[in-house]
Amino acid sequence: MGKTLFEKVWDAHVVKQLPDGQALLYIDLHLVHEVTSPQAFAGLRFAKRAVRQPAQTFATMDHNVPTVNPTDVRDAIAKKQIETLMENCREFNVSLAGLDSPFQGIVHVIGPELGLTLPGKTIVCGDSHTSTHGAFGALAFGIGTSEVEHVLATQCLWQNRPKTMRIRLNGSLQSGITAKDVILGLIAKYGVNFGTGYVVEYAGTLIPQLSMEQRMTICNMSIEFGARAGMMAPDETTIAYVKGRQHAPAGEAWEAAVTEWRTLVSDADAQFDLDIEFDVNALEPQVTWGTNPGMGGGVNGIVPDPADAATETEARAIRQALEYMGLEPGTKISEIPIQHVFIGSCTNARIEDLRLAAAIVEGRKVAAGVHAMVVPGSKQVKQQAEEEGLHKIFLAAGFEWREPGCSMCLGMNPDIIPAGERCASTSNRNFEGRQGRGARTHLVSPAMAAAAAIAGHFVDVRTFQSEGVTA
Amino acid sequence: MEPLVKHEGKVVCMNRLNVDTDQIIPKQFLKRIERDGFGEFLFYDWRYEADGTPNAEFELNTARAQGATILLADENFGCGSSREHAVWALADYGFRVVIAPSFADIFFNNCFKNGVLPIVIPSDLRKELAETHAKGQWERATVDLEAQVIETDCGQRFQFEVDPHKRYMLLNGLDDIGLTLQYEDDIRAYEASRKAYQFVY
Repeated sequence: MGKTLFEKVWDAHVVKQLPDGQALLYIDLHLVHEVTSPQAFAGLRFAKRAVRQPAQTFATMDHNVPTVNPTDVRDAIAKKQIETLMENCREFNVSLAGLDSPFQGIVHVIGPELGLTLPGKTIVCGDSHTSTHGAFGALAFGIGTSEVEHVLATQCLWQNRPKTMRIRLNGSLQSGITAKDVILGLIAKYGVNFGTGYVVEYAGTLIPQLSMEQRMTICNMSIEFGARAGMMAPDETTIAYVKGRQHAPAGEAWEAAVTEWRTLVSDADAQFDLDIEFDVNALEPQVTWGTNPGMGGGVNGIVPDPADAATETEARAIRQALEYMGLEPGTKISEIPIQHVFIGSCTNARIEDLRLAAAIVEGRKVAAGVHAMVVPGSKQVKQQAEEEGLHKIFLAAGFEWREPGCSMCLGMNPDIIPAGERCASTSNRNFEGRQGRGARTHLVSPAMAAAAAIAGHFVDVRTFQSEGVTA
Repeated sequence: MEPLVKHEGKVVCMNRLNVDTDQIIPKQFLKRIERDGFGEFLFYDWRYEADGTPNAEFELNTARAQGATILLADENFGCGSSREHAVWALADYGFRVVIAPSFADIFFNNCFKNGVLPIVIPSDLRKELAETHAKGQWERATVDLEAQVIETDCGQRFQFEVDPHKRYMLLNGLDDIGLTLQYEDDIRAYEASRKAYQFVY
């Protein structure tokens, strides 16, 4: 029997298989950031251990970083965390793209951008959205701080072999529909835990039509339905993206690597534990109305009624969500007014996302009473966008143009939404309090966020593009 | 790490689906560089009103829940962010065991690294236990990791499954790194055989 893409990468990294089912898995790349690493480095220091492979470890700061003036960290505890990472990287000889580096940015944006993320690698980071890197055919997943310490010390992790799921995304996206709508639509249909215990491979006729940026958006949110990792087989698009990047192999090593990468596909007779198909042809732009990423649907739909829920527990969850979100059953999604727009995060802050949003706002103005901001995913994305003049389009429309970081996706820095106010956000989680205590988050694509900024409420970006402002 | 062999304690029940780690420990408390002291911030936004006074309705704030060390949770507990701070907060508050029909993967693994035992039980059993607990038929439970048995103080007894490796580590309070370093020769041999794409250039 043939092997799946996941099995090929997994098998190539097993250092030791124990009879009780645990495998010691070798980790090729360990990405580190300021929030989940201090206790791990402290553990090494306490046990007098070194970082086993500093050259396979790469750090940046993103979660805490202010986006107005990044070096002006006024929160004393955040400042301490940032300084601690700098000290740890110095002491343990780990490369750091710090606040003064032209390569600083959100860890899941800079990994691919710098050519650190490559097909066939095992990649971990103390962050659940590490699943992003699976878009390259890497096996990439988030870990806790104890595991961060374990990887620092041993370059390995103990893992149970996960189950495999294939999701065939079939069809083509209508104009205005993005990868974000695909992943939100998928989670709305199947729920927030159908992937628990699985590594997912996304396949189907849609994938070859997607850019790397769009593929990363889909893999990024694999964790939002519980999957540990999402993967896509590398193809010519992947190889073209990687070629020539700072840390990518070059010369003979490049040729050897590409030969290897071309074998990273699931064999025709490979078996998956679960195999499903999701048709994207009729997909509408998606908007979440609740407090987890599965509580959402098409922009032309309505807020659901808890009375229609299948079980009392679900009804209670919907009631709780609607109460938190300040929404009434039956309200049209397109009639929900918004006060904030956030375009950013490891899900949607890459150059293509910004181009898409800029195309919508060009020549238009942000609606009265709406505060809108763009936070590029990295210094390199910001520079590229400025070379293309995108910042001028955003600024002319009334958006703020900020410095890179995680920002309003989780509000660990000063970028938070006041209680009771509503945000159209391109980020990945609409949990209670995620963007600030009492803040109400609606997850959307960059195109939908841009259109909402102009209209002041949600609007179907497909008709918005052709008919203009409908406010 | 503190071993967990047998634990007896008071049970608190939380009937909420998909409790995410942002609720268990909100982001404003993730900036500390230590592992301890997170207990006072556990479930902060649910536990306290905006003005800092306790929310009397929240499960952990009821008189009955005081001193609880076993949490009976619901489906997909610990979903979302990988923050181990969620487990540090639960452990620091006093929880040693979390029982639920399902857990998110990363949270589940993080528990074992911190002497907290997550136990998966069937949905039907969870429902029954929550109902009888709500009716006041039982208050406390004994969790025996060696025998893999939970026993309530009204005499209900049931077995649970646990990964043998994780069980062994928790029973003995072992540090994973120490175990892994026993395989250093294997790691060295693997590193010597790596392929071109595995290096960082």
